[in-house]
Amino acid sequence: MSPSPSGAQLTLHEGSPSMPSLQTASASRFGRLVDVVLPKIVVAPTMVASLVCFYGFVLWTAWLSLTESRILPKYEIVGLVQYQELFSNERWWAAMKNLGVFGGLFIFFSLAVGLLLAVFLDQKIRREGALRTIYLYPMALSFIVTGTAWKWMLNPGLGLEKLMHDFGFSDFTFDWIVNPDMAIYTVVIAGVWQSSGFVMALFLAGLRGIDDAIIKAAQVDGANLPTIYRRIVIPSLRPVFFSAFMILAHIAIKSFDLVMALTNAGPGLATDLPSIFMYQHGFNRGQLGLGAASAMIMLATAAAIVVPFLYSELRSQRRG
Amino acid sequence: MGALSIRNVKKSYGNTHILKGIDIDIDKGQFLILVGPSGCGKSTLLNMIAGLEDISSGEIHIGNRLVNHLPPKDRDIAMVFQSYALYPNMTVRQNISFGLEIRKIPVAEQKAIVERVANMLQISHLLDRKPNQLSGGQRQRVAMGRALARNPTLFLFDEPLSNLDAKLRVEMRTEIKLLHQRMGTTIVYVTHDQIEAMTLGDRIAVMKDGEVKQFGTPQQIYDTPANLYVAGFIGSPAMNFIPATLEEAEGQAIVRLDNGTETFPAKLGPLGTAQRPYVGKSVILGIRPEQITDQGSAQADQPNLQLIRAKVEITEPTGPDTLVTSQFNGVKVTARCHPQAGMAPGQTATLVIDPSKALLFDPASENRIA
Amino acid sequence: MADLAYHQTPAARIGRFGIYAVLALFALYYLAPLYVMVVTSLKSLEEVRNGNLLALPAAPSLEAWSTAWSSACTGVECSGIQGYFWNSIKMLVPAVALSTLIGAVNGYVLAMWRFKGSDLFFTLLMIGCFLPFQVVILPMAQMLGFLGLENGTARLVLVHTIYGLAFTTMFFRNFYVTIPDELVKAARIDGAGFLRIFFRIMLPISLPTIAVCVIWQTTQIWNDFLFGVVFSAGETQPMTVALNNLVNTSTGVKHYNVEMAAAIIAALPTLCVYAFGGKYFIRGLTAGAVKG
Repeated sequence: MSPSPSGAQLTLHEGSPSMPSLQTASASRFGRLVDVVLPKIVVAPTMVASLVCFYGFVLWTAWLSLTESRILPKYEIVGLVQYQELFSNERWWAAMKNLGVFGGLFIFFSLAVGLLLAVFLDQKIRREGALRTIYLYPMALSFIVTGTAWKWMLNPGLGLEKLMHDFGFSDFTFDWIVNPDMAIYTVVIAGVWQSSGFVMALFLAGLRGIDDAIIKAAQVDGANLPTIYRRIVIPSLRPVFFSAFMILAHIAIKSFDLVMALTNAGPGLATDLPSIFMYQHGFNRGQLGLGAASAMIMLATAAAIVVPFLYSELRSQRRG
Repeated sequence: MGALSIRNVKKSYGNTHILKGIDIDIDKGQFLILVGPSGCGKSTLLNMIAGLEDISSGEIHIGNRLVNHLPPKDRDIAMVFQSYALYPNMTVRQNISFGLEIRKIPVAEQKAIVERVANMLQISHLLDRKPNQLSGGQRQRVAMGRALARNPTLFLFDEPLSNLDAKLRVEMRTEIKLLHQRMGTTIVYVTHDQIEAMTLGDRIAVMKDGEVKQFGTPQQIYDTPANLYVAGFIGSPAMNFIPATLEEAEGQAIVRLDNGTETFPAKLGPLGTAQRPYVGKSVILGIRPEQITDQGSAQADQPNLQLIRAKVEITEPTGPDTLVTSQFNGVKVTARCHPQAGMAPGQTATLVIDPSKALLFDPASENRIA
Repeated sequence: MADLAYHQTPAARIGRFGIYAVLALFALYYLAPLYVMVVTSLKSLEEVRNGNLLALPAAPSLEAWSTAWSSACTGVECSGIQGYFWNSIKMLVPAVALSTLIGAVNGYVLAMWRFKGSDLFFTLLMIGCFLPFQVVILPMAQMLGFLGLENGTARLVLVHTIYGLAFTTMFFRNFYVTIPDELVKAARIDGAGFLRIFFRIMLPISLPTIAVCVIWQTTQIWNDFLFGVVFSAGETQPMTVALNNLVNTSTGVKHYNVEMAAAIIAALPTLCVYAFGGKYFIRGLTAGAVKG
């Protein structure tokens, strides 16, 4: 240590351990062990919970779907009986068809509305913040609340139809919610109302993430605004399309509460969905095995959408 | 034994060998630089000295203590990081005293230490600020303050200046050197910047691919680089490497420099024993740009100076010098000339070379022939 | 995005007008249900039947609200939704707190104390985000039975905590991986260990992530219906289930004003969260979107 004043001042604490006693050495070895073991201990509960409650339960459901369980679970495997029954069940196929119609339209309109609003909001709009807040608030609501509100508005006796009559359009009819052929479309209307703002937020975030310099370069190259959007901006939103599609598909497949509140699967079973089929057979009708089989098919449907997506995403990440 | 002793230290992940047996010894008060390109293992080595990464084999001693199995806090070290790693939620004062607090230093003493360190680094007025309210240079000082407060046996610096802009980097470099001179602490300093390495260190280990290519003083590294890698890595602009054939005439080692139309024999001095086997064979002549200059800049008392003519291809003024590029033996050769020497592209200029300081390398092994 | 230069030609002006018109129309589409809910809830049943959907209430009254709160029928019970509202609160607070805290610790480990298998664990957890819950509810009901957990609120706290962990862990892990490793190294050299680094450094700097996570979990748990209807019964059901019962109780006349008041009460907590923490809400949504 140099004899200069500041150097001398900096000989601060004489007790600093230049030679550790045996005690501190073993204590520090213990401390080291704690730092190696503790992280594993603290994640262990989550690890166990996720292994059991995600993966274990999926296997458990799969097992149940191979048994003859009715009100109470049985664990003797009898083969694919429940699946045979499921696939010969007309109600199931009607529910799957409804899911196809609802899912397709719900995803398409949510993406279209979301993209339109995002692109328009991105044009240096005054009060953009307020508009964004308005578009997105339905996402904070429960589907039960959404269903309740739209059920009232679409009610043919006192709702929209009556409103139009009051306005003088006396032959206006809007009875979709009680019309078995049209009721599924009311679910689409309410679903798009709730979710399109969220898609807008995703697209807007994507648009804001695009490098200014690319747009400027295109302008310098002489491209006009629609061309810039069509050729550069929207193609670069591809990943956002993918994630939005995934989330919407996921919402559609597990969609349950919205239909329960809006139409209660009716009129008749016109708006039945696999999730409702599963719930009613598994919990209300004492058909555990059939409920489990329908849940497995829902999982397979979700996987059929998610797995190719994940695969392509991971591959492009590896390439990037 | 010295302040830090690294003995045959290796690090591998499976079959990937990050460090292939490092041996370095420094004494108390020395300033050791680990320099090399990214991926050479220098930061891994520093982390292993700190105890942040495990050692695959070998031994590390700090102040005569084997520390292989000690956790970082018991190694009596302090470290300054490239990103400064200041705790964002704590004030400057808390940042500096955190380590003291953990070591249960009495509060009054903590306070005194913080004051002293802050005074020394001129950051007293910043003590109650949060890191995000500080400029890059101020953060750098706080990071050093945090290390100084603990007064450890060994200071570790991990590229501490590379996040600063060029001007600040030079200032802080000087301050670190000043601090080291005043306090006489032992420092291990990692950098990829050869200028930092030359200016700060009193021992330099040039690393590449997990090996120490040369370990020595800055002057040794500069004047007698052990191999082509070290010769090319240290020095800016880089040393010229000219392929040639070694010849002997009257006991003198000679290589011929061909500018395309004329050939000049360059006398390198008496042929050494090590050089003798290479006579008649290809060698690489290593000569630094400052050993080739214009006639006006050459020191007349150097006995060995020789004149050559060069076809000037391009000139790059740097201010104090102008770098003149021409070709010899088919490769580009840079000379450092006086800005007023009147060099212009296209002309044929007369240059003076000092071949006595030139080095010869074996093209196969890339080691210096000496 | 870029500052696209707008030349003030007449065509461009018409274009701008069109954009504003479309945006305004959509704003009406989104606002209309909320407006209708509010005005309906302030009307008397008489006025609801005779007036139209959009008309303002002639004599605004909170009667429907008090009916909804304390005397409306949810199935056979006719004591309003107040009990269920508190059920939801009692379920919400511990479930949000637990899942956030555990998620924070998990994220901290997965980002900064990686061990062999920790990345695999994170991947498995993320894949769990994609599971439709229908595939786990049958075994979960069985397991809750085995555990002898009878209380509906306690069951829901457990279930929401477990199935919230994937998201809460992801929020924190994705935040902590942006923190330089050097911060942990510096703290270790200063002598801090695993827990001290977490509580003294990491937790204090994660306040925004905590906000994102708490808001996300609050909306998810408050708005849940499936778990509520499956794992709780009778008096311990949460708000959403009670609202659905109230609306779908088909005995007698439909009290639309009461239904709307109940729906607004059910929506209020999450709407407030949205109003005050909208920034974090959106951040949570988009962060969730990036990963799953």
